[in-house]
Amino acid sequence: MIAAFSLLVLCQLIGEFLVRLARVPVPGPVVGLLLLLGFLAWRGRVPEAVQSTSRGLLTHLSLLFVPAGTGVMLHMHRLRTEWLPVIAALVAGTAITLIVTVLVFLAVSRLTGASIAARK
Amino acid sequence: MPQAISSIWVYLSASPLLWLTATLWAYLGAHWLHERSGRNPLVNSVSIAVIALIAVLLATGTQYETYFQGAQFVHFLLGPATVALAVPLYNHWATVRRLILPMTVALAAGSVTAIASSVGIAWAVGADPITLKSLASKSVTTPIAMAVTEQIGGLPSLTAVFVILTGILGAIMVTPLFNAMRIRDMRARGFAVGLAAHGIGTARAFQVSDVAGAFAGIAMALNGIVTAVLVPLLANMF
Repeated sequence: MIAAFSLLVLCQLIGEFLVRLARVPVPGPVVGLLLLLGFLAWRGRVPEAVQSTSRGLLTHLSLLFVPAGTGVMLHMHRLRTEWLPVIAALVAGTAITLIVTVLVFLAVSRLTGASIAARK
Repeated sequence: MPQAISSIWVYLSASPLLWLTATLWAYLGAHWLHERSGRNPLVNSVSIAVIALIAVLLATGTQYETYFQGAQFVHFLLGPATVALAVPLYNHWATVRRLILPMTVALAAGSVTAIASSVGIAWAVGADPITLKSLASKSVTTPIAMAVTEQIGGLPSLTAVFVILTGILGAIMVTPLFNAMRIRDMRARGFAVGLAAHGIGTARAFQVSDVAGAFAGIAMALNGIVTAVLVPLLANMF
């Protein structure tokens, strides 16, 4: 578990280093994700420790949002004054995104004939 | 005796240990409630834990900065957790390759729609620039969304709130919406909810079908990457 965690933070560290070196506006952990994906592809399998450590982190992903979410107490004033645009953007934006994504996915999979296999 | 207790309280309330412990227990309590409710998406563990913690902080007159001294140890794990998203993505790699075309096109369309619709609507109804920047990445998983917002000069903690609300909304909407549209392809349904509503949408998809859940997980990871690249590029243009 320590070895797997060390691998995760190493990927993140290299990611942070690379985005600063290349001055690209991408979060370091995202580059770390791609590095780990590359590493797994190169190994050809996921080592058991990496599998279980990442499952452990991802099953309780919600916990990790709590400290940042609590930061909403700093923004009460903003939310009180801008609740209308915020609610409108969240509700309508999420519905539109769901509809566009599902329709495009279906249209393209029909065009390419990929839909026949797993229709049921 | 009361004086001894109050001086211990003064010491502990400023220590990271107390607020780290409070964060963990608030989450465990909220998670228990979520399980008890039959994993009802309306009983969201993050929002319950946050409300409980804010109530305690306000009641004890504790500043958010003091709280964060302890909570930062949990917050720090967001980075490694983002890296760990590579594992489910790799596990489903065969499926990703087989459906690469519909997924790529739906990913591009959905990702742009998520950013443009939320920022566009909020702008039209009159939100200020900081709020707009904090809204742009609301559809992707919190660690990525917060990092993106930080990069373009929004408020990461405001983004966290938007992301969580988006996840809850997506999880509530998805089943009635797609049933009304008569969409039966679970791959398409899962992909859409993972893209639009990240981890909370993915958790919901797994309750409906395993196939939907797997596709939701893939969409969440892919949209995280695409949004992380797109939003800073778009922000530089405007």
